[in-house]
Amino acid sequence: MPRKRVTIRDHSAEANLFARRAVIALIFAAIMLSMVVSNLHYLQVTRYDDYQTRSNGNRIKILPVAPNRGLIYDRNGTLLAENRAVYTLEIIPEQVKKLDDTLARLADLLSIDEDDITEFHKELKRHRRFKPVALLNNMPHDQVALFEAHRYQFPGVSVEARLSRFYPYADILTHVLGYVGRITRKDLQKLDEAGLSATYAATHDIGKLGIEKYHEEKLHGDVGYQEVEVNSQGRIIRTLSFTPPTPGQDIVLNIDIRLQQEAHRILAGKRGSVVMLDNRTGGVLALYSNPSYDPNLFVHGISSKNYRKLLSDPDNPLFNRATQGQYPPASTIKPLLALIGLDEGVVTPQTRVFDRGTYQLNNVEHVWRDYIPWGHGWVDMSRAIEVSCDTFFYDLAYRLGIDRISDAMREFGFGDFTGVDLYEESDANMPSRGWKKARYNQPWYIGDTISVGIGQSYWTATPLQLAQAISTLVNHGSRYIPQIIKGQLIEGEVVDEPAKELPPMTIKHADNWEVILDAMRNVVSSTHGTAHKAFKDATYTSGGKTGTAQVVGIAQGEEYDAEKLAEHLRDNAMYVGFAPANHPQITIAVALENAGGGGSNAAPVAKLMMDKYFQLQQQDDEAKFATLPDVIKPMAGK
Amino acid sequence: MLTAKISKDKLDPNKRSLLQMIHVDGWLLLGLLVLMGVGLITIYSAGGQDWHLIQRQLIRLGVATIVMLAVAQIPVLALRRLSIYFYGIGVLMLIAVLAVGDVGKGAQRWLDLGFVRFQPSEILKLAVPMVVAWYISRFNLPPKLPQTFAGFILAAIPTLLIAKQPDLGTSLLIASSGVFAIFLAGMSWKLIGAVTVAVSGFTPIMWFFLMQDYQKQRVLTFLNPESDPLGAGYHIIQSQIAIGSGGLQGKGWLQGTQSQLEFLPERHTDFIFAVFSEEFGFFGVLGLLAIYSYIVVRGMIIAINSQDAFSKLLAGAITLTFFVYVFVNMGMVSGILPVVGVPLPLVSYGGTSMVTLMAGFGILMAISTQKRLMSRS
Repeated sequence: MPRKRVTIRDHSAEANLFARRAVIALIFAAIMLSMVVSNLHYLQVTRYDDYQTRSNGNRIKILPVAPNRGLIYDRNGTLLAENRAVYTLEIIPEQVKKLDDTLARLADLLSIDEDDITEFHKELKRHRRFKPVALLNNMPHDQVALFEAHRYQFPGVSVEARLSRFYPYADILTHVLGYVGRITRKDLQKLDEAGLSATYAATHDIGKLGIEKYHEEKLHGDVGYQEVEVNSQGRIIRTLSFTPPTPGQDIVLNIDIRLQQEAHRILAGKRGSVVMLDNRTGGVLALYSNPSYDPNLFVHGISSKNYRKLLSDPDNPLFNRATQGQYPPASTIKPLLALIGLDEGVVTPQTRVFDRGTYQLNNVEHVWRDYIPWGHGWVDMSRAIEVSCDTFFYDLAYRLGIDRISDAMREFGFGDFTGVDLYEESDANMPSRGWKKARYNQPWYIGDTISVGIGQSYWTATPLQLAQAISTLVNHGSRYIPQIIKGQLIEGEVVDEPAKELPPMTIKHADNWEVILDAMRNVVSSTHGTAHKAFKDATYTSGGKTGTAQVVGIAQGEEYDAEKLAEHLRDNAMYVGFAPANHPQITIAVALENAGGGGSNAAPVAKLMMDKYFQLQQQDDEAKFATLPDVIKPMAGK
Repeated sequence: MLTAKISKDKLDPNKRSLLQMIHVDGWLLLGLLVLMGVGLITIYSAGGQDWHLIQRQLIRLGVATIVMLAVAQIPVLALRRLSIYFYGIGVLMLIAVLAVGDVGKGAQRWLDLGFVRFQPSEILKLAVPMVVAWYISRFNLPPKLPQTFAGFILAAIPTLLIAKQPDLGTSLLIASSGVFAIFLAGMSWKLIGAVTVAVSGFTPIMWFFLMQDYQKQRVLTFLNPESDPLGAGYHIIQSQIAIGSGGLQGKGWLQGTQSQLEFLPERHTDFIFAVFSEEFGFFGVLGLLAIYSYIVVRGMIIAINSQDAFSKLLAGAITLTFFVYVFVNMGMVSGILPVVGVPLPLVSYGGTSMVTLMAGFGILMAISTQKRLMSRS
């Protein structure tokens, strides 16, 4: 080592060596730098578009905006379902300094109970500090006013309004309108399958029942979007753009709320239903089932206590008797059977049968009884319909046979869905040989056919099916699907939907329609007609047919005694009718459970409904007349 | 000769300017101040326009600048003599850290002396190039094999101690500062080739025996950040999105959405380069690289112009290490190097490393401004 110390250093050579190495190092550095630069060029120039997109994907979020649900009006423009503001008291936690103190002061001011506070604390944990948490849902107006007066004392607390469905006519329309309710996981699944989940991204409620469910697509509208800039925690910084939602279609129903109210009034305290159709279009003018319930209970989620109450009610208010009630049609179908008999040539209007009160077949022990034990004596076809003679129709059914009856009745719509715009509908049952074989694995007996002659024996129908069948009859075979919806309200104008016509029913001799309708007119107008008493002071003409359906079989040789029977075993009262007698405008079906005879119980209900219809018609005409210009009034008056 | 040219043009040996009197290299200072300015502007944006942050950074920069000026006053001769003691104390402290050091973020890096807590590894950042330069320059250049080997040992001891803490980033930087000094001294190319081969062979050993799981994870994430976009890969993906979306022109100062909307992690510290790239674009980045290149070139000119081997080796090693800092930070932020936690020198917010860095520039200034005196003496 010491030797090296004395060695004379060649400073110039060392400096040159160092300079060379320094330059090499700098060249290396330049190479490394160019790697960095080329990588940055790759990121910032070559792949700029890609990263630009990803950067926007980070910061831009699309928030769906719910459309306003379409409103529902009746045929005269009365609002049946509206959207009302409901108020929610919300707290943004990060804007409140002393949360407990604020809650205590709010509790002093407003009616807030322990449950609300507990629920709030639960929700608080699930939310980000800058997202509002609801403290009170569905605040009443006075509470909102009270809070607004003191809001300056509560920074970070606010009242938010949201639109929610409200049904002003409550239980009067429940079975028609149905209701909306919160979208459930099951609903979401269905929407997903239908590819509609994006459309419902912001929607709170969905139609659960009735028109609200059936016409959901029209009523819902289309979602709007708000494009917002968010930070990495999801806090909204600002709105970038807004695509407004398309509100749902406002729809107009064929229903006349005044007829609906009348039905509600008439059926009070009874179990039963009324359907009134415009036979010229199939439009449903009234459809009411009693008892009913308030659909508003369901909009914000019904309490389990209330729901249990509805479910356990023995009168079953949740049940839509007009479309789901399956009743033996009883004597109401006698005119239809007679029509088939005439057309098949099995009977003529002059055919006479002697009714001694019982009907028997050769070699069969069973005795079929008329409702009048001593019988109606000699009756022809028209008379048989007027007085509702059972024996005549036992014989007619026997002669027609089940196959011809079943086929023809299917043409009238029995045993099939009417296709009304409600999902809550039953197809009831039109029995046939095949049906009995499939259902009971039994052959069809002659005896079964005899009972079919008076609308019993496995035969069931809904009141809506009956009204549709009578419409077909008065229309001489033209058939329509009953429609609750009339049209859409587009820019203040009602745009009618076309009536839904079905293939018409044809018979061999068109004259037979009027033969049968005349018999039905006689039911009302003839002094011995079963509906004569009920309609005797009517200011209009009409036709109809009563029916009294046995709910329980009466044993052979036993008397039916209404007084002795428990209420739920008493007869169902039925009535079908049309008015006016010539050029009918409306058909009606009434079914009252365990009410007794059709003539004395169901016919008066039908009469009151028809009264109302014609009274309203006159009233509306007068109102229209009053608005006519004076010049043409005298002419119109004539 | 470069030396002659510069001294003729710029520096009159007889008339010393004010800057020279206080031992400040004006050209270097200019570069450093511009860089600090860029840093402050970027921190203001990255930190959410927080003046408090700016004030604290200003204080730090002030302290670091005072340290630089103080170091610049130390005679180079004294630096050379003190090298070995400085190094010895540093190594002892490293051992102390391993024995009793505080654990911060899962690694033992801090030494608490009662009145002050600091990382002894910072001392070694300067002590290693100093001691290697001191040792190598005792002999004629280029160094012979035993001297080269001894130089490596000197660098290796603290490197391994720091790697054990574990602080892989710093240990590699310290190792490279020693290696640079040896390289600049003229280490034979044959040996360089041999060492390169040896290091390549050492890599698998390091992977399996020396590296901690979290370090391996970082390397794996670096190789494929998209494998875990919300976890370990999140930093690098968000950083690349920030840089890439800056484009040529950048989104504008305070307009970087990745940083302003807080998608970018550690945006005012280690990842500040991503903020800068997002807001000032490719052109801005080229400008920033120009400033760094200017400082590196100026540092190398100081080294070349200095008159003794110790000064040359030390100044060169410090300058190149500074460059490596820049390269590693930009490389990690833009995704060509694994994330190792190295700040962008003089631009990133905070860090004790800034004081060390400026002390290093103080040494450069001492070497730059004191050579006249030395050559005369």
